[in-house]
Amino acid sequence: MASAMLSLGLSSPVALLDNPKRLGVGKSVGDLFVKGKMYGRVRMAIAVNVSRFEGVTMAPPDPILGVSEAFKADTNDLKLNLGVGAYRTEDLQPYVLNVVKKAEKLMLEKGENKEYLPIEGLAAFNKVTTELLLGADNVAIQEGRVATVQGLSGTGSLRLAAAFIQRYFPEAKALISSPTWGNHKNIFNDARVPWSEYRYYDPRTVGLDFDGMIADIKAAPDGSFVLLHGCAHNPTGIDPTPEQWENIADVIQEKNHIPFFDVAYQGFASGSLDEDASSVRMFVARGMELLVAQSYSKNLGLYAERIGAINVVCSSPDAASRVKSQLKRLARPMYSNPPIHGARIVANVVGDPTLFNEWKEEMELMAGRIKNVRQKLFDNLSEKDKSGKDWSFILKQIGMFSFTGLNKAQSDNMTNKWHIYMTKDGRISLAGLSLSKCEYLADAIIDSFHNVS
Amino acid sequence: MASRAGIVRWIFSRNRSAVAGARGMSTSWWRGVEPAAKDPILGVTEAFLADPSPSKVNVGVGAYRDDDGKPVVLECVREAERRVAGNLNMEYLPMGGSIRMIEETLKLAYGENSELIKDKRIAAVQALSGTGACRLFADFQKRFLPDSQIYIPVPTWANHHNIWRDAHVPQRTFHYYHPESRGLDFAGLMDDVKNAPNGSFFLLHACAHNPTGVDPSEEQWREISYQFKVKDHFAFFDMAYQGFASGDPERDAKAIRIFLEDGHLIGCAQSYAKNMGLYGQRVGCLSVLCEDEMQAVAVKSQLQQIARPMYSNPPVHGALIVSIILSDPDLKNLWLKEVKGMADRIIGMRTALRENLETLGSSLSWEHITNQIGMFCYSGMTPEQVDRLRNEFHIYMTRNGRISMAGVTTGNVGYLANAIHEVTKSS
Repeated sequence: MASAMLSLGLSSPVALLDNPKRLGVGKSVGDLFVKGKMYGRVRMAIAVNVSRFEGVTMAPPDPILGVSEAFKADTNDLKLNLGVGAYRTEDLQPYVLNVVKKAEKLMLEKGENKEYLPIEGLAAFNKVTTELLLGADNVAIQEGRVATVQGLSGTGSLRLAAAFIQRYFPEAKALISSPTWGNHKNIFNDARVPWSEYRYYDPRTVGLDFDGMIADIKAAPDGSFVLLHGCAHNPTGIDPTPEQWENIADVIQEKNHIPFFDVAYQGFASGSLDEDASSVRMFVARGMELLVAQSYSKNLGLYAERIGAINVVCSSPDAASRVKSQLKRLARPMYSNPPIHGARIVANVVGDPTLFNEWKEEMELMAGRIKNVRQKLFDNLSEKDKSGKDWSFILKQIGMFSFTGLNKAQSDNMTNKWHIYMTKDGRISLAGLSLSKCEYLADAIIDSFHNVS
Repeated sequence: MASRAGIVRWIFSRNRSAVAGARGMSTSWWRGVEPAAKDPILGVTEAFLADPSPSKVNVGVGAYRDDDGKPVVLECVREAERRVAGNLNMEYLPMGGSIRMIEETLKLAYGENSELIKDKRIAAVQALSGTGACRLFADFQKRFLPDSQIYIPVPTWANHHNIWRDAHVPQRTFHYYHPESRGLDFAGLMDDVKNAPNGSFFLLHACAHNPTGVDPSEEQWREISYQFKVKDHFAFFDMAYQGFASGDPERDAKAIRIFLEDGHLIGCAQSYAKNMGLYGQRVGCLSVLCEDEMQAVAVKSQLQQIARPMYSNPPVHGALIVSIILSDPDLKNLWLKEVKGMADRIIGMRTALRENLETLGSSLSWEHITNQIGMFCYSGMTPEQVDRLRNEFHIYMTRNGRISMAGVTTGNVGYLANAIHEVTKSS
């Protein structure tokens, strides 16, 4: 015990003097040499404090971000990272969009300053982001009824909203889909908003458990905040149909719930920015008040710049102004004001018609590549799997992810035997898959599905 | 606030003809949401911007201005940006942020050759500037020492109160500013340190105290550190102005180094907003000193756990700029020169403002303008006097009488002195 401590070169002499138990059984303080100095029973003039944070244990690795770290550590040639939802090219390289490079070049030439943004963020960004989400001619925007605050990507925007819910609706519950992006639970937990789940994924059909979803939303107390994925549900890739969205809206209105959309993949689902926003727009068209968190991590590839927004569609401009002021009040003690770089990029791209059109084309290419990969994976699975299992859910799902239906043990097999990294809920990121690797992946999935339980 | 059921009943009673369950457009979920008061500091700039007067002066927010009153982007930063523009990777940073940036940042605070760094005893994460670093620490303190409180100096940067409040950590205050002398209330401070229960948490400004500009002397810091040892207190340093106070980052870190010599395991929030002019990039660092590497790893993992549901991982752009500058000896030297330049200009403006006031024949003492250090001068003016400055002279500052010296230029110092003299001469 004592020698282990010595070899780590740690533990203060005072700590040892004060806590003889830490020496381990049978050791005496007089025996100790720490860093060449002898510490007897005499208190040293230079004493080192015992840490206040003795009891701090190691946090578990993040289930999603931890996957990439494990992948990096793997030396096998065949390894494949289908963990985090970051887009990769066919060569499995990260991709910086051309429009982003152009925008950055423009910004470098302009040589703008780095002054603090207002707490609510860059005005030019806030304008274009709301218009992108709702459509520039949207009546809610024209009537000044939308409170928009720049946020730290999707996470930060969700957190601001959750903190707002806790402050103004301390009795309210959040309803989240089962399953959902892992960090949703952390966000509501840390914001102290109680949550419960509504059924969403049906493992039997590898599709939407629509009846279960409706029943659970109906059963929740009136006035709950219902977290909905605007498009390209993460992790399942399963979205409601337009008719189902209408039914969901009906139930939410009946129960006086508040819709809370997480829109992290606008443009990435179908390839069309407008189409992917149609669920949100339909709710707004019904005159509903709602919250929407946006992220530009995936669709503009701005992952590390942390750029997004929280929008609250209100029934009046006065409400919007009050809500905005309170969102700011929550942001100020979190980070004071949001980072500029990503906001300027978005404002430059989305606000310039030429760059915006170019972006739409790049968006279609990225979404297109994922659709191709889905098709190839499906083809390979159908062809290689002799069991007759229906793999068509892969084609029905949409967006960056596919919920394979593999359980934890099977997912572990994917990693341990095949060096394919994915999250333990059976989610694979198609954005990390190339056409050339589809066969290998198909083999792995078939093996894991049939030979592991 | 009315109960939800009550609101629902009220809505239905108002909209009987509406479709069952549909909420009327005239009512809103957000009825109970009052307008928030304007942020006292950032609200000043908003008001300034809205003022059409050509002689307006903004000595409100603490952002550096050159002698023409213009925002500055440092040369070293421009150069770093040119290099960053070639960066083709915008992938997520690790949750704890840029390792390279953190390494360089710790050296600044703890010394190039710090044993603590070598022994990996520092849990450190990239944070959203100083605010983010303080908030992470406050949340961490709440999570692992839920019964602890924080002692905050009077006065302090207003947002400190917001941060620890939103982290649900109870606050107490300790004496700091001595209004009569416009200096440090050292006796009051030491009394409060002695009277606080053993093992209390204290928030200390490492240098260039905001808003007063009043720092303890080296001797005083040694006494404070000694007393902290006796009382087993925890020192959390907010260091937002390293380099900005004296012009020499090493000198500005003296308080921290004294505490380190005495063996304290401190916490520290660092910011590059002012000293590198990276305000809007939101780059900073939170560090917590630990007993050993294992503990540092555990603490870091828990800090990341707090960051994950707040913003997942920190923004990359500013971190890249910092890494590039600090790890390139030439750029680092350029930075040190530029920081000194900024500090020197401010020191020059302090002298000019004081001399102007004395020349105008003010009967009051303005020594404190040059005794105080850093970006801010605590003028001693009352809120009413501040209001007069704004209404009659279009000079904007926070109502606590804090003047951001960075906003003072050779062009406006005379006008400013004149106005201050006008509103204070009767007092």
